Amino acid sequence: MLEARDLAVGHGRRKVLSGLNLHLRAGELLCLLGPNGGGKTTLLRTLLGLIPPLGGTVLLEGQPLTRLSRRAVAQRLAYVPQAAQGGFAYPARAVVAMGRAAHLGLFAAPGAADHAAAEAALDRLSIAHLADRPVTELSGGERQLVLVARALAQGGRAIILDEPTASLDFGNQALVLREVRALARRDGLAVLMTTHQPDHALLLADAVMLVAQGGAQGPAPPEALITPETLRAAYGVEAAIGTLGARRVVAPLI
Amino acid sequence: MRGTLAWGLALAALAGAVLLALAFGRFPIPPSQLVPILLGQEEGPAAIVFWNIRAPRVAAAILVGAALAGAGAAFQGMFRNPLASPDLLGVSAGASLGAVLGIFLGLPVAAIQGLAFAGGVAAVAGVAGLAALVRGRGDPALLLILAGIALGALMGAAISLLKILADPYNQLPAITFWLLGSLNAVTRGDVLAAAIPAALGLAILFLLRWRLNLLTLGEDEARALGANTALLRGAAVAGATLATAAVTALAGAVGWIGLVVPHMARLLGGPDLRRLIPLSMLLGAAFLLAVDTAARNLGRTELPLGVLTALLGTPLFLWLLARGRHA
Repeated sequence: MLEARDLAVGHGRRKVLSGLNLHLRAGELLCLLGPNGGGKTTLLRTLLGLIPPLGGTVLLEGQPLTRLSRRAVAQRLAYVPQAAQGGFAYPARAVVAMGRAAHLGLFAAPGAADHAAAEAALDRLSIAHLADRPVTELSGGERQLVLVARALAQGGRAIILDEPTASLDFGNQALVLREVRALARRDGLAVLMTTHQPDHALLLADAVMLVAQGGAQGPAPPEALITPETLRAAYGVEAAIGTLGARRVVAPLI
Repeated sequence: MRGTLAWGLALAALAGAVLLALAFGRFPIPPSQLVPILLGQEEGPAAIVFWNIRAPRVAAAILVGAALAGAGAAFQGMFRNPLASPDLLGVSAGASLGAVLGIFLGLPVAAIQGLAFAGGVAAVAGVAGLAALVRGRGDPALLLILAGIALGALMGAAISLLKILADPYNQLPAITFWLLGSLNAVTRGDVLAAAIPAALGLAILFLLRWRLNLLTLGEDEARALGANTALLRGAAVAGATLATAAVTALAGAVGWIGLVVPHMARLLGGPDLRRLIPLSMLLGAAFLLAVDTAARNLGRTELPLGVLTALLGTPLFLWLLARGRHA
């Protein structure tokens, strides 16, 4: 679905990361880990085609991203940004309907079919009851789910999420993570998300990439890549990894 | 529900403003005479005043209010800034410079209006060109605003220079009067000449109104949703500039309408530009028409329109801000 070959990313002429390879297939969930300033966001923006790669290629459904129009990219690949505070007080329904933009002309507005797609997306995430509420009045987790619904309404088969659990409380993190996992498992989408929590990667991911110090490790199975050694190298923190039932958990040692 | 109420209120406000504006003036036309005049059954002095003075002026006020408020609503959305107004990118400064230059050179009224329109369009074209020249990694919307501020300051300096050089007895009062804004001497021909570019600009904004919502999300999000942001922003700036330059050439630099009216419309109909842009046009037309009617009737001499819009706009704006904090 989404493939990167020998990719180098950065701004202007300054390379932030190079030598990246990944292949994300339908139904797979890939987690991107790494310290702040390590190039996660630059990589995401390159994979979305928002900035050009400094080397290598990105393929979306087998076609080079640089040869696709913005509209063609958006019809295949959706982006879920962090749910920021503020902004205009659009009703949730209107925000989700904006996901249909890639299917509409310059002078067009959403029609019956687009509204039906928006309703279906709201239903799928069990937030149809929020449809008429202004997004500025929703909790952080609810706002994040509205943005996920917008990505679903966009109708592509691949989704990129930028730290969907950042600045959410414990309960909202679990709520959002459950839905993100369902996007891959239930809906069969190719899902790539960044996170600050190695635990989230262990909980959800089929594969993990660790991005730090100008290079990337992985993709690899989470248990193989998330070790005390790699976490120390990436974050400069000692951590213990234990088991809890069938699960692995990470505990920082401070 | 909310939509129906908003449209009803805006249409009622406009209808009421039109009735008052047609009836009141130096030469009062009683409402009972309006229908015969409109049907062409009346040919007395009332009909002459109506067709040659009152009706063009009412049409001009509607045009100016709709254009400034519609452009303001589009700019506030696409630049994600509730303090944005139609002159953000220098269209008013450019039009003012054009008009002041025309007055300074002693040109006829039509040429002054033409220079004002050309000055407004050229200023925004210059701002867009400047922003494209320095395009780097920065947010393109922010670059436009910064280029607008820079070029606006330059044009402000040029206007000041022309004022210093102008003949203080004839030209300077005319310049000052023009900069305050007025519909005092508007003729039927002026209105028709301004109506064509203004209607074209407003039609562009009206057609783009849903898609402009995407720009309120910021550059990356809009593009990830499939928008060609450069094309969309360019088209909206062109539409807003055509409309604003045309009505500024007609009425002078009338401030505050483009800033305050979109806030009123947002309170009434919500932030969705699909509704906000046409609702702002209706409310702007009603508001400016009411203010112009007051300008004609309140004082012994006519009050400058720009002064009245500022006098009314400032407290209204503060009240809207205070309300917005609670809502």
